[in-house]
Amino acid sequence: MNGVHDLGGTDGFGPVTRDPDEPVFRAEWEKAAFAFFASGFRAGLYGVDAFRAGMERMHPAVYLTSPYYEHWLHSIEHYATAAGVIDPDELEARTRHYLDHPDAPLPERRDPELLAFVDAAVQHGAPAKRETDAAPRFSVGDLVTVVDDSPKGHTRKARYVRGKTGRIVMAHGAYIFPDSAGNGGGEDPQHVYTVRFDNAELWGPQTAEPNGVVHFDVWEPYIVPAEQGAAA
Amino acid sequence: MSTDVQSQEQVAARVKALEAMLIDKGIMTTEAVDRLAEIYEREVGPQLGAKVVARAWTDPEFRQRLLSDATAACAELGIGGLQGEDMVVLECTEQVHHVITCTLCSCYPWPVLGLPPNWYKDPTYRSRIVREPRTMLREDFGLEIPDTVEIQVWDSSSELRYWVLPLRPAGTDDLDEDALAALVTREAMIGTGVVAAPR
Repeated sequence: MNGVHDLGGTDGFGPVTRDPDEPVFRAEWEKAAFAFFASGFRAGLYGVDAFRAGMERMHPAVYLTSPYYEHWLHSIEHYATAAGVIDPDELEARTRHYLDHPDAPLPERRDPELLAFVDAAVQHGAPAKRETDAAPRFSVGDLVTVVDDSPKGHTRKARYVRGKTGRIVMAHGAYIFPDSAGNGGGEDPQHVYTVRFDNAELWGPQTAEPNGVVHFDVWEPYIVPAEQGAAA
Repeated sequence: MSTDVQSQEQVAARVKALEAMLIDKGIMTTEAVDRLAEIYEREVGPQLGAKVVARAWTDPEFRQRLLSDATAACAELGIGGLQGEDMVVLECTEQVHHVITCTLCSCYPWPVLGLPPNWYKDPTYRSRIVREPRTMLREDFGLEIPDTVEIQVWDSSSELRYWVLPLRPAGTDDLDEDALAALVTREAMIGTGVVAAPR
Protein backbone atom coordinates (compact mmCIF):
# COMPACT_ATOMS: atom_id res chain seq x y z
CA MET A 1 0.00 0.00 0.00
CA ASN A 2 1.07 3.58 -0.54
CA GLY A 3 0.94 4.32 3.17
CA VAL A 4 2.20 7.16 5.30
CA HIS A 5 4.45 4.70 7.15
CA ASP A 6 6.58 4.64 3.97
CA LEU A 7 8.53 7.71 5.03
CA GLY A 8 11.79 7.59 3.09
CA GLY A 9 12.36 10.90 1.30
CA THR A 10 9.36 12.71 2.76
CA ASP A 11 10.20 16.34 3.52
CA GLY A 12 9.05 18.73 6.18
CA PHE A 13 9.20 16.91 9.51
CA GLY A 14 11.81 19.25 10.94
CA PRO A 15 14.76 18.36 13.13
CA VAL A 16 15.20 15.21 15.19
CA THR A 17 14.36 15.54 18.87
CA ARG A 18 16.59 13.47 21.13
CA ASP A 19 16.24 12.95 24.86
CA PRO A 20 19.61 11.74 26.18
CA ASP A 21 17.98 10.64 29.44
CA GLU A 22 15.13 8.78 27.79
CA PRO A 23 14.26 5.56 29.64
CA VAL A 24 13.71 2.34 27.66
CA PHE A 25 10.00 2.62 28.45
CA ARG A 26 8.62 6.11 29.02
CA ALA A 27 5.43 4.90 30.71
CA GLU A 28 4.07 1.71 32.24
CA TRP A 29 1.65 1.29 29.34
CA GLU A 30 4.57 1.11 26.91
CA LYS A 31 5.80 -2.04 28.66
CA ALA A 32 2.47 -3.78 28.19
CA ALA A 33 2.19 -2.59 24.59
CA PHE A 34 5.66 -3.95 23.93
CA ALA A 35 4.73 -7.30 25.50
CA PHE A 36 1.63 -7.57 23.29
CA PHE A 37 3.81 -8.51 20.35
CA ALA A 38 5.45 -11.60 21.84
CA SER A 39 2.24 -12.73 23.56
CA GLY A 40 0.10 -12.40 20.45
CA PHE A 41 2.77 -14.03 18.31
CA ARG A 42 2.77 -17.07 20.63
CA ALA A 43 -1.03 -17.17 20.52
CA GLY A 44 -0.86 -17.36 16.73
CA LEU A 45 -2.56 -14.02 16.11
CA TYR A 46 0.09 -12.87 13.61
CA GLY A 47 3.66 -13.16 12.40
CA VAL A 48 5.98 -10.19 12.20
CA ASP A 49 4.89 -9.25 8.67
CA ALA A 50 1.20 -9.27 9.53
CA PHE A 51 1.99 -7.31 12.69
CA ARG A 52 3.62 -4.58 10.60
CA ALA A 53 0.67 -4.64 8.21
CA GLY A 54 -1.57 -4.04 11.24
CA MET A 55 0.34 -0.88 12.13
CA GLU A 56 0.07 0.34 8.55
CA ARG A 57 -3.73 0.25 8.84
CA MET A 58 -3.70 3.17 11.26
CA HIS A 59 -5.10 6.46 10.05
CA PRO A 60 -2.16 8.42 8.58
CA ALA A 61 -2.71 11.44 10.83
CA VAL A 62 -2.71 9.28 13.94
CA TYR A 63 0.27 7.23 12.73
CA LEU A 64 2.41 10.34 12.40
CA THR A 65 1.46 11.94 15.70
CA SER A 66 1.21 9.01 18.13
CA PRO A 67 3.93 7.45 20.29
CA TYR A 68 5.46 4.41 18.62
CA TYR A 69 4.05 1.79 20.96
CA GLU A 70 0.56 3.06 20.19
CA HIS A 71 1.20 1.59 16.74
CA TRP A 72 1.70 -1.77 18.42
CA LEU A 73 -1.53 -1.34 20.37
CA HIS A 74 -3.34 -0.68 17.12
CA SER A 75 -1.97 -3.81 15.47
CA ILE A 76 -2.74 -6.29 18.23
CA GLU A 77 -6.17 -4.74 18.71
CA HIS A 78 -6.84 -5.23 15.03
CA TYR A 79 -5.80 -8.90 14.97
CA ALA A 80 -7.31 -9.85 18.33
CA THR A 81 -10.62 -8.37 17.19
CA ALA A 82 -10.44 -9.98 13.75
CA ALA A 83 -9.74 -13.38 15.32
CA GLY A 84 -12.71 -12.97 17.66
CA VAL A 85 -10.43 -13.14 20.69
CA ILE A 86 -11.71 -9.85 22.02
CA ASP A 87 -15.07 -8.14 21.69
CA PRO A 88 -14.77 -4.46 20.66
CA ASP A 89 -17.69 -3.39 22.85
CA GLU A 90 -16.11 -5.01 25.87
CA LEU A 91 -12.81 -3.31 25.06
CA GLU A 92 -14.58 0.07 25.01
CA ALA A 93 -16.31 -0.67 28.31
CA ARG A 94 -13.15 -1.83 30.03
CA THR A 95 -11.23 1.14 28.64
CA ARG A 96 -13.79 3.47 30.22
CA HIS A 97 -13.43 1.55 33.47
CA TYR A 98 -9.65 2.03 33.54
CA LEU A 99 -10.01 5.68 32.50
CA ASP A 100 -12.21 6.26 35.53
CA HIS A 101 -10.10 3.99 37.75
CA PRO A 102 -6.51 4.11 36.45
CA ASP A 103 -5.23 2.18 39.45
CA ALA A 104 -7.79 -0.62 39.26
CA PRO A 105 -5.94 -3.94 39.25
CA LEU A 106 -5.45 -6.27 36.33
CA PRO A 107 -6.71 -9.85 36.48
CA GLU A 108 -4.24 -12.27 38.02
CA ARG A 109 -3.03 -15.33 36.18
CA ARG A 110 0.16 -17.32 36.16
CA ASP A 111 1.65 -18.96 33.10
CA PRO A 112 5.16 -20.37 33.58
CA GLU A 113 5.18 -21.61 29.99
CA LEU A 114 4.65 -18.08 28.68
CA LEU A 115 7.54 -16.85 30.83
CA ALA A 116 9.74 -19.62 29.46
CA PHE A 117 8.63 -18.70 25.95
CA VAL A 118 9.58 -15.06 26.50
CA ASP A 119 13.09 -15.98 27.60
CA ALA A 120 13.55 -18.47 24.78
CA ALA A 121 12.23 -16.03 22.16
CA VAL A 122 14.56 -13.26 23.28
CA GLN A 123 17.51 -15.64 23.35
CA HIS A 124 16.91 -17.51 20.10
CA GLY A 125 14.68 -15.19 18.09
CA ALA A 126 12.33 -16.20 15.30
CA PRO A 127 14.42 -16.60 12.15
CA ALA A 128 12.72 -15.59 8.91
CA LYS A 129 15.31 -17.34 6.72
CA ARG A 130 13.99 -20.39 4.87
CA GLU A 131 15.45 -23.19 2.80
CA THR A 132 14.34 -23.16 -0.81
CA ASP A 133 14.96 -25.28 -3.88
CA ALA A 134 14.58 -22.27 -6.11
CA ALA A 135 17.90 -21.06 -7.50
CA PRO A 136 18.50 -17.31 -7.14
CA ARG A 137 17.79 -15.45 -10.39
CA PHE A 138 20.28 -12.69 -9.61
CA SER A 139 23.87 -12.48 -8.39
CA VAL A 140 26.11 -9.95 -6.71
CA GLY A 141 27.17 -7.39 -9.31
CA ASP A 142 23.93 -7.49 -11.30
CA LEU A 143 22.33 -4.19 -12.26
CA VAL A 144 18.62 -4.32 -11.37
CA THR A 145 15.58 -2.06 -11.44
CA VAL A 146 12.87 -2.08 -8.77
CA VAL A 147 9.47 -2.73 -10.29
CA ASP A 148 7.52 0.52 -10.35
CA ASP A 149 4.02 -0.39 -9.26
CA SER A 150 1.74 0.30 -6.31
CA PRO A 151 0.62 -2.98 -4.76
CA LYS A 152 -2.35 -2.90 -2.44
CA GLY A 153 -1.80 -4.34 1.01
CA HIS A 154 1.48 -4.91 2.81
CA THR A 155 4.77 -4.62 0.95
CA ARG A 156 8.34 -3.63 1.84
CA LYS A 157 8.88 -2.12 -1.60
CA ALA A 158 9.25 1.48 -0.44
CA ARG A 159 8.12 4.19 -2.84
CA TYR A 160 11.48 5.94 -2.97
CA VAL A 161 13.18 2.92 -4.62
CA ARG A 162 10.42 2.03 -7.08
CA GLY A 163 11.57 2.41 -10.67
CA LYS A 164 15.13 3.03 -9.49
CA THR A 165 18.18 1.14 -10.71
CA GLY A 166 21.04 -0.08 -8.55
CA ARG A 167 23.60 -2.81 -8.20
CA ILE A 168 23.28 -5.94 -6.08
CA VAL A 169 26.02 -5.98 -3.45
CA MET A 170 24.88 -8.90 -1.28
CA ALA A 171 22.78 -12.04 -1.76
CA HIS A 172 21.31 -13.40 1.45
CA GLY A 173 19.35 -16.56 0.60
CA ALA A 174 15.58 -16.92 0.89
CA TYR A 175 13.33 -15.34 3.51
CA ILE A 176 9.60 -15.23 4.26
CA PHE A 177 8.00 -12.95 1.67
CA PRO A 178 6.19 -10.05 3.41
CA ASP A 179 3.94 -9.39 0.42
CA SER A 180 2.45 -12.83 1.03
CA ALA A 181 2.80 -13.43 4.77
CA GLY A 182 1.83 -9.86 5.62
CA ASN A 183 -1.39 -10.15 3.65
CA GLY A 184 -2.74 -13.37 5.11
CA GLY A 185 -0.86 -15.66 2.72
CA GLY A 186 1.76 -18.33 3.30
CA GLU A 187 5.48 -17.83 3.79
CA ASP A 188 6.30 -18.12 0.07
CA PRO A 189 10.08 -17.72 0.65
CA GLN A 190 11.92 -15.54 -1.88
CA HIS A 191 15.57 -14.69 -2.31
CA VAL A 192 16.68 -11.42 -0.69
CA TYR A 193 19.36 -9.11 -2.06
CA THR A 194 20.91 -5.85 -0.92
CA VAL A 195 20.85 -3.25 -3.68
CA ARG A 196 23.09 -0.18 -3.69
CA PHE A 197 21.58 3.00 -5.18
CA ASP A 198 23.54 6.15 -5.91
CA ASN A 199 22.01 9.20 -4.25
CA ALA A 200 21.59 10.85 -7.65
CA GLU A 201 19.56 7.88 -8.92
CA LEU A 202 17.15 8.20 -6.01
CA TRP A 203 16.81 11.97 -5.71
CA GLY A 204 18.01 13.39 -9.01
CA PRO A 205 21.36 14.99 -9.76
CA GLN A 206 20.19 18.47 -8.76
CA THR A 207 19.15 17.74 -5.19
CA ALA A 208 21.08 14.58 -4.27
CA GLU A 209 23.97 14.89 -1.83
CA PRO A 210 27.30 13.99 -3.49
CA ASN A 211 29.46 11.05 -2.46
CA GLY A 212 26.78 8.85 -1.00
CA VAL A 213 24.71 5.74 -1.58
CA VAL A 214 21.65 4.11 -0.01
CA HIS A 215 21.31 0.36 0.43
CA PHE A 216 17.89 -1.22 0.34
CA ASP A 217 17.00 -4.91 0.72
CA VAL A 218 14.66 -6.38 -1.89
CA TRP A 219 12.92 -9.71 -2.31
CA GLU A 220 13.39 -11.22 -5.75
CA PRO A 221 9.90 -10.35 -7.08
CA TYR A 222 10.64 -6.67 -6.42
CA ILE A 223 13.34 -6.47 -9.09
CA VAL A 224 13.96 -7.04 -12.80
CA PRO A 225 17.20 -6.91 -14.77
CA ALA A 226 18.06 -3.31 -15.60
CA GLU A 227 17.63 -2.32 -19.21
CA GLN A 228 20.69 -1.40 -21.22
CA GLY A 229 21.78 2.15 -20.60
CA ALA A 230 20.22 2.39 -17.13
CA ALA A 231 22.03 4.21 -14.35
CA ALA A 232 25.03 2.42 -12.88
CA MET B 1 -10.24 3.53 11.32
CA SER B 2 -10.20 6.15 14.03
CA THR B 3 -8.78 9.58 13.25
CA ASP B 4 -8.82 10.63 16.91
CA VAL B 5 -5.51 11.42 18.52
CA GLN B 6 -5.72 9.98 22.01
CA SER B 7 -4.23 11.43 25.16
CA GLN B 8 -1.65 9.47 27.15
CA GLU B 9 -4.37 8.71 29.72
CA GLN B 10 -6.66 7.32 27.02
CA VAL B 11 -3.92 5.18 25.50
CA ALA B 12 -2.86 3.92 28.93
CA ALA B 13 -6.45 2.95 29.75
CA ARG B 14 -6.94 1.22 26.42
CA VAL B 15 -3.70 -0.73 26.74
CA LYS B 16 -4.68 -1.77 30.26
CA ALA B 17 -8.14 -2.85 29.09
CA LEU B 18 -6.68 -4.89 26.25
CA GLU B 19 -4.09 -6.37 28.58
CA ALA B 20 -6.85 -7.38 31.01
CA MET B 21 -8.82 -9.06 28.23
CA LEU B 22 -5.76 -10.90 26.91
CA ILE B 23 -4.98 -12.08 30.45
CA ASP B 24 -8.55 -13.38 30.75
CA LYS B 25 -8.13 -15.17 27.42
CA GLY B 26 -4.95 -16.92 28.57
CA ILE B 27 -2.73 -15.03 26.10
CA MET B 28 -0.81 -12.70 28.45
CA THR B 29 0.29 -12.33 32.04
CA THR B 30 1.59 -9.33 33.97
CA GLU B 31 4.63 -11.45 34.81
CA ALA B 32 5.46 -11.72 31.10
CA VAL B 33 5.18 -7.92 30.76
CA ASP B 34 7.50 -7.44 33.73
CA ARG B 35 9.97 -10.02 32.46
CA LEU B 36 10.20 -8.49 28.98
CA ALA B 37 10.67 -5.02 30.46
CA GLU B 38 13.36 -6.33 32.78
CA ILE B 39 15.23 -7.96 29.88
CA TYR B 40 15.40 -4.78 27.80
CA GLU B 41 15.88 -2.42 30.75
CA ARG B 42 18.63 -4.39 32.47
CA GLU B 43 20.04 -7.21 30.35
CA VAL B 44 19.97 -6.46 26.63
CA GLY B 45 21.26 -3.05 25.57
CA PRO B 46 24.07 -1.19 23.79
CA GLN B 47 26.62 -2.41 26.35
CA LEU B 48 26.50 -5.74 24.49
CA GLY B 49 27.24 -4.18 21.11
CA ALA B 50 30.03 -2.18 22.73
CA LYS B 51 31.57 -5.42 23.96
CA VAL B 52 31.54 -6.80 20.42
CA VAL B 53 33.09 -3.61 19.04
CA ALA B 54 35.88 -3.66 21.63
CA ARG B 55 36.64 -7.29 20.81
CA ALA B 56 36.77 -6.46 17.09
CA TRP B 57 39.18 -3.59 17.78
CA THR B 58 41.55 -5.78 19.74
CA ASP B 59 41.30 -9.12 17.93
CA PRO B 60 41.84 -8.89 14.14
CA GLU B 61 40.68 -12.46 13.54
CA PHE B 62 37.45 -11.84 15.45
CA ARG B 63 36.98 -8.65 13.45
CA GLN B 64 37.23 -10.65 10.22
CA ARG B 65 34.69 -13.18 11.48
CA LEU B 66 32.39 -10.35 12.59
CA LEU B 67 32.49 -8.73 9.16
CA SER B 68 31.93 -11.99 7.29
CA ASP B 69 29.21 -13.42 9.60
CA ALA B 70 28.14 -11.05 12.38
CA THR B 71 25.51 -13.41 13.79
CA ALA B 72 28.00 -16.23 14.31
CA ALA B 73 30.71 -13.93 15.66
CA CYS B 74 28.34 -12.35 18.20
CA ALA B 75 27.20 -15.83 19.23
CA GLU B 76 30.82 -16.55 20.26
CA LEU B 77 30.26 -13.92 22.97
CA GLY B 78 26.83 -15.29 23.87
CA ILE B 79 25.10 -12.40 22.11
CA GLY B 80 22.19 -12.86 19.72
CA GLY B 81 18.49 -13.62 19.45
CA LEU B 82 15.30 -11.72 18.76
CA GLN B 83 15.56 -9.11 16.00
CA GLY B 84 19.17 -10.09 15.40
CA GLU B 85 18.67 -13.49 13.81
CA ASP B 86 20.67 -12.39 10.75
CA MET B 87 23.00 -9.51 11.50
CA VAL B 88 25.39 -7.68 9.18
CA VAL B 89 28.12 -5.44 10.59
CA LEU B 90 29.35 -2.48 8.52
CA GLU B 91 32.88 -1.31 9.11
CA CYS B 92 33.60 2.42 9.07
CA THR B 93 36.93 3.39 7.50
CA GLU B 94 38.74 6.63 6.73
CA GLN B 95 36.95 6.56 3.36
CA VAL B 96 33.44 5.32 4.24
CA HIS B 97 30.94 6.18 6.98
CA HIS B 98 27.87 3.97 7.55
CA VAL B 99 24.53 4.85 9.10
CA ILE B 100 21.45 2.63 9.60
CA THR B 101 17.74 3.33 9.49
CA CYS B 102 14.37 1.72 8.85
CA THR B 103 12.21 3.99 6.72
CA LEU B 104 9.22 1.62 6.80
CA CYS B 105 8.96 0.86 10.53
CA SER B 106 11.58 0.60 13.28
CA CYS B 107 13.84 -2.39 12.48
CA TYR B 108 16.89 -2.33 14.72
CA PRO B 109 19.40 -4.94 16.00
CA TRP B 110 17.97 -5.57 19.46
CA PRO B 111 20.53 -8.16 20.71
CA VAL B 112 23.42 -5.69 20.42
CA LEU B 113 21.73 -2.30 20.83
CA GLY B 114 18.60 -3.07 22.88
CA LEU B 115 15.33 -1.39 21.94
CA PRO B 116 15.61 1.67 19.68
CA PRO B 117 15.42 5.19 21.08
CA ASN B 118 12.26 7.07 20.11
CA TRP B 119 14.05 9.41 17.72
CA TYR B 120 15.08 6.37 15.62
CA LYS B 121 11.39 5.43 15.27
CA ASP B 122 10.08 8.95 14.69
CA PRO B 123 9.11 10.21 11.20
CA THR B 124 11.77 12.94 11.35
CA TYR B 125 14.73 10.56 11.26
CA ARG B 126 13.17 7.92 9.01
CA SER B 127 12.08 10.42 6.37
CA ARG B 128 15.25 12.43 6.01
CA ILE B 129 18.28 10.23 6.69
CA VAL B 130 18.01 8.51 3.30
CA ARG B 131 17.59 11.80 1.44
CA GLU B 132 20.22 14.06 2.97
CA PRO B 133 22.27 12.08 5.48
CA ARG B 134 25.30 14.37 5.40
CA THR B 135 23.22 17.45 6.14
CA MET B 136 21.15 15.66 8.76
CA LEU B 137 24.16 14.22 10.58
CA ARG B 138 25.67 17.69 10.73
CA GLU B 139 22.54 19.66 11.66
CA ASP B 140 20.74 17.20 13.92
CA PHE B 141 23.56 15.13 15.38
CA GLY B 142 26.49 17.56 15.32
CA LEU B 143 28.48 15.04 13.31
CA GLU B 144 30.58 16.53 10.53
CA ILE B 145 31.52 13.94 7.92
CA PRO B 146 34.14 15.34 5.51
CA ASP B 147 32.98 15.59 1.90
CA THR B 148 35.77 13.22 0.91
CA VAL B 149 34.22 10.45 3.05
CA GLU B 150 31.44 8.52 1.35
CA ILE B 151 28.25 8.12 3.38
CA GLN B 152 26.53 4.77 2.99
CA VAL B 153 22.99 4.56 4.36
CA TRP B 154 21.49 1.13 5.11
CA ASP B 155 17.69 0.97 5.10
CA SER B 156 16.68 -2.16 7.06
CA SER B 157 13.81 -3.14 4.78
CA SER B 158 14.22 -6.92 5.17
CA GLU B 159 14.91 -9.12 8.21
CA LEU B 160 18.65 -8.46 7.92
CA ARG B 161 19.75 -6.33 10.85
CA TYR B 162 22.57 -3.91 10.08
CA TRP B 163 24.78 -2.12 12.58
CA VAL B 164 28.01 -0.20 12.53
CA LEU B 165 31.54 -1.02 13.61
CA PRO B 166 32.89 2.48 14.31
CA LEU B 167 36.46 3.64 13.85
CA ARG B 168 38.69 3.08 16.85
CA PRO B 169 39.78 6.50 18.10
CA ALA B 170 43.43 7.45 18.15
CA GLY B 171 45.27 7.39 21.44
CA THR B 172 43.63 4.22 22.74
CA ASP B 173 46.49 1.78 22.16
CA ASP B 174 47.05 1.23 25.86
CA LEU B 175 43.39 0.61 26.72
CA ASP B 176 42.15 -2.91 27.41
CA GLU B 177 38.93 -4.37 26.03
CA ASP B 178 36.73 -3.24 28.94
CA ALA B 179 38.07 0.30 28.80
CA LEU B 180 37.51 0.40 25.04
CA ALA B 181 33.95 -0.91 25.39
CA ALA B 182 33.21 1.90 27.83
CA LEU B 183 33.97 4.42 25.07
CA VAL B 184 31.53 2.94 22.54
CA THR B 185 28.15 4.67 22.33
CA ARG B 186 24.83 3.53 20.95
CA GLU B 187 24.92 6.33 18.38
CA ALA B 188 28.33 5.23 17.12
CA MET B 189 26.84 1.79 16.39
CA ILE B 190 23.86 3.39 14.60
CA GLY B 191 26.22 5.68 12.69
CA THR B 192 24.76 8.96 13.93
CA GLY B 193 27.84 9.36 16.11
CA VAL B 194 31.47 8.38 16.26
CA VAL B 195 33.57 7.13 19.16
CA ALA B 196 35.45 9.98 20.80
CA ALA B 197 38.95 9.56 22.15
CA PRO B 198 39.15 9.45 25.96
CA ARG B 199 39.90 12.78 27.60
